[in-house]
Amino acid sequence: MSEETSPTLMQSLDPRKISNDSDDCATLVEIDRSCRAPLLIFIISGLIWLLIGTGLALIASIKLHNPNFLSGWSWLSFGVVRPAHLNTVIYGFCSETGIAVALWLMCRLCKTPLIHSGIIIIAAVFWNIGLTIGIFGILAGDSTSIEWLELPAYSSPILFISFALIGIWTVIAFRYRREPMLYVSQWYLLAAFFWFPWLYSVANIMLVLEPVHGTLQAAVNWWFAHNVLGLWFTPIGLAAIYYFIPKIIGRPIHSYHLSVFGFWSLALFYNWNGMHHLIGGPLPAWLVTISIVASVMMLIPVVTVAINHHMTMWGHFKAMKNSPTLRFIVVGAMSYTLASLQGIASAIPSYSEVVHFTHHTVAHAHLGMYAFFAMIMFGSMYYIIPRITNREWPSAGLIYIHFWAVFVGMILYIVPLSIGGFLQGLKMNNPDVPFLEVVQMTLPFLKFRTLAGLLMTVGHIAFFANFIWILARCLQPYREPVAMILKGTIGLESKEENS
Amino acid sequence: MNFGPLIFLGIFLSLASSWCGLILIPLFQFGKMEPVTIEMTGEIYPQPKGGEAKQGMSVYRSNGCIYCHSQQVRPRGFGADIERGWGSRRSVGRDYIYDNPVLLGTMRTGPDLTNIGQRQPSEDWHFSHLYDPQITSPGSNMPPYRFLFETRPIRNGVVSENALKLPANFAPEDGFEIVPKKEAKALVAYLLSLQATAPLPEAR
Repeated sequence: MSEETSPTLMQSLDPRKISNDSDDCATLVEIDRSCRAPLLIFIISGLIWLLIGTGLALIASIKLHNPNFLSGWSWLSFGVVRPAHLNTVIYGFCSETGIAVALWLMCRLCKTPLIHSGIIIIAAVFWNIGLTIGIFGILAGDSTSIEWLELPAYSSPILFISFALIGIWTVIAFRYRREPMLYVSQWYLLAAFFWFPWLYSVANIMLVLEPVHGTLQAAVNWWFAHNVLGLWFTPIGLAAIYYFIPKIIGRPIHSYHLSVFGFWSLALFYNWNGMHHLIGGPLPAWLVTISIVASVMMLIPVVTVAINHHMTMWGHFKAMKNSPTLRFIVVGAMSYTLASLQGIASAIPSYSEVVHFTHHTVAHAHLGMYAFFAMIMFGSMYYIIPRITNREWPSAGLIYIHFWAVFVGMILYIVPLSIGGFLQGLKMNNPDVPFLEVVQMTLPFLKFRTLAGLLMTVGHIAFFANFIWILARCLQPYREPVAMILKGTIGLESKEENS
Repeated sequence: MNFGPLIFLGIFLSLASSWCGLILIPLFQFGKMEPVTIEMTGEIYPQPKGGEAKQGMSVYRSNGCIYCHSQQVRPRGFGADIERGWGSRRSVGRDYIYDNPVLLGTMRTGPDLTNIGQRQPSEDWHFSHLYDPQITSPGSNMPPYRFLFETRPIRNGVVSENALKLPANFAPEDGFEIVPKKEAKALVAYLLSLQATAPLPEAR
C-alpha cells in the first residue's frame, strides 16, 4: 500500500468497504515496516524495564536472607523494592513487550499495516512517562499498598489514557482488516485489549480514586489482580502460542473446535477465579466458594489448550533445536499448563490452608508470569525483531546463553521455592513450632532463590546485549538477506500465511 | 468465518458477569456495613482510628509492611492462626470498615499483626524491634528500620525521655542517643491500636 492510498485519520476511524480481494492485502514487508518504529519503542523500553525490574528483584531477594543489606535507605527497604519490582516487570516489561507482540500479531493476521503509527508512538511515550512517575512514587513512599495496583493515583490515569489509545487503535486495525477469515489468536487479542482497560479503570476507581468500604476492597483487589493475569497476559501469551507454533513448524493447529472451546471456556471461568486469594479470609463464604468452583473449572480450558498445542507440536519437537522462537514458545506453553494446574491446586481449601501466606505463592506467581508469559515474549521477540529491523540476530551464542540461563534459572527458582513454601506452610500450621523457627527454615530456600535470580539476570543481559547489537546493525547499511541465524528456520516464513 | 460482533458480545458478557457477581452483589450485600454496639460492654465497635494511629497506618502503607505481614485471622480449624495467638477469634468484615486501604495481606514472612497491640503492648519493645529486629527477635529476617530513628548528641548530659534503651552491642557511640522520628512514633501508635478483641456475634 503506497502513501497516497493510505487512509486519513478520520477514514481509519470509519473504514470504507474493504475488498476481500487478496491482491489488496498488504505484503509482509509493508506490515513489518509500518510496525517498526512503535514496536521498537515498546521493546526497547520494555527491556530496559526488565533490567531495572531484575535489579530490584535481586535486591529484594537478597534482603530476605540478609536483612541488613542496603537497609539504611527507606527507598531501598524491602517493602518498597518489592512492589517497585512487581510494577516494573508487570506494567513495564510484560505489558510493553506484550503490547508490541499483540500489535504485530494483529497486523499480520489482519493483513493490514499499522495505520497512523504515530498515535501508538505517543501512547508508548506516555505509558513510559506514567510508569516512571509511578515507580518513583513507590520508591518515595507513595505506594498504595494494594497489590498489583501500587502505582500512585497520580500516575495510573496516564497509563490508562495511553492504554485506551492503544486499545482503540488495535480495534481499528481489526475493523480495517483485509483478511476476512478470523484466526483464534485474534479473538484472544481482541478480548485482551477490551478486558484490560475495563479491569484497570474499575479497579483504580473503586480502590484508589473513590475507595469502596471494608473488605469489599479485597474483593475488588483480587478480582482485578487475578484477571490481569487471566484476561490480559494469558490471552496475549496464548495468542502468540497459537500463532507461532503452527507458523514455525509449518502445519495448521491441531483442532479448530478445541481452540474455540478453549477460548470460550477461558472467557467463562477465568474471570470468576479471583476470590480464591481470600480463602479463610473475612469475606462471605459464598463469594470465596464461587471462585473455588470456577478455579477448578479452569481445568477445562487449560487441558483443552494443552491438548491442542501438544497435538500440533506432536512429531515436531526436534524443530525446537533450530528455532529459538519455538524453543521459548514451547517451554512457555508447557509452563502455562503447569502454572494453571498449580494455581488450581492452590485454590482447593485444604491445599490453600498450607500454602497461602507462604513463599509457595511467590514461586507460583513466577511460574505464571515468568516461565509462561516472559518466555512467550522472549520467543516472540526472537521472531519479530529481525523482521521489523530487517537484520538478523548478530550472535547465536548470546541466544544460547539467554535460553539456558533463564531456563535453568527459572527451574532453580520455582521448584525449590514451591517446595520450601509448602514446608513453611506445614510448619506454620503447627503451633508448637516457634515462628522464628519457621523463618529460619525458609532461609536456605531464599538464598537459593537469589542464586537462581542471578542466573536469570545473566540471561536477560545476554538478550539485551544481542538486542542492542541488532539495533546497532540497523544504523549500518543493509547487507545480507534476512534469515534466522540458526539454520532450519529459513524459508518457513512463507508457509502458513492463510491461517 | 467472520463473527466479529458476536465474539465481541461474548467477550463483553463474560467479564460483565463476574463484575456483577463478584463486585456488584457484594457491594449491595456488605458495601455499607455499619458498626455495632457490643452487648456485654455497651461500646460501639469498631471505632475509627484517630490522630497518630491514623498517620501510623500511612507509614505502614508507604513502607510496604503488608508484603510480609497479614492482618487477618483464619477461623479455628483452618490453619493455626488462633492457636498461634494471633487472635482470639476469626476476623470478620466488620473489623475493617474504617480501614483504608484494607491491609489484609497475602504473605506471612513475618507473623500476622491483627492483635499485635495486645500481644506486644510495650512501646519500648516496638521501638527496639523497629530499630533492629535482632534485639528482640534474634534470627528474624525483618530488615532494620533505622531510617525511622534519629541519632543525635546527648544535650547537656541529659538523656532524652524517649531515647531508646538499647543493649550494649546495639547502643550508639558514647555521647549519642537514638530517638524515634515522628514516623516511628506514629507507626508504633498504629501497631498498638491493632487489637481486634471485641467479641462480635458473627465471629463466634
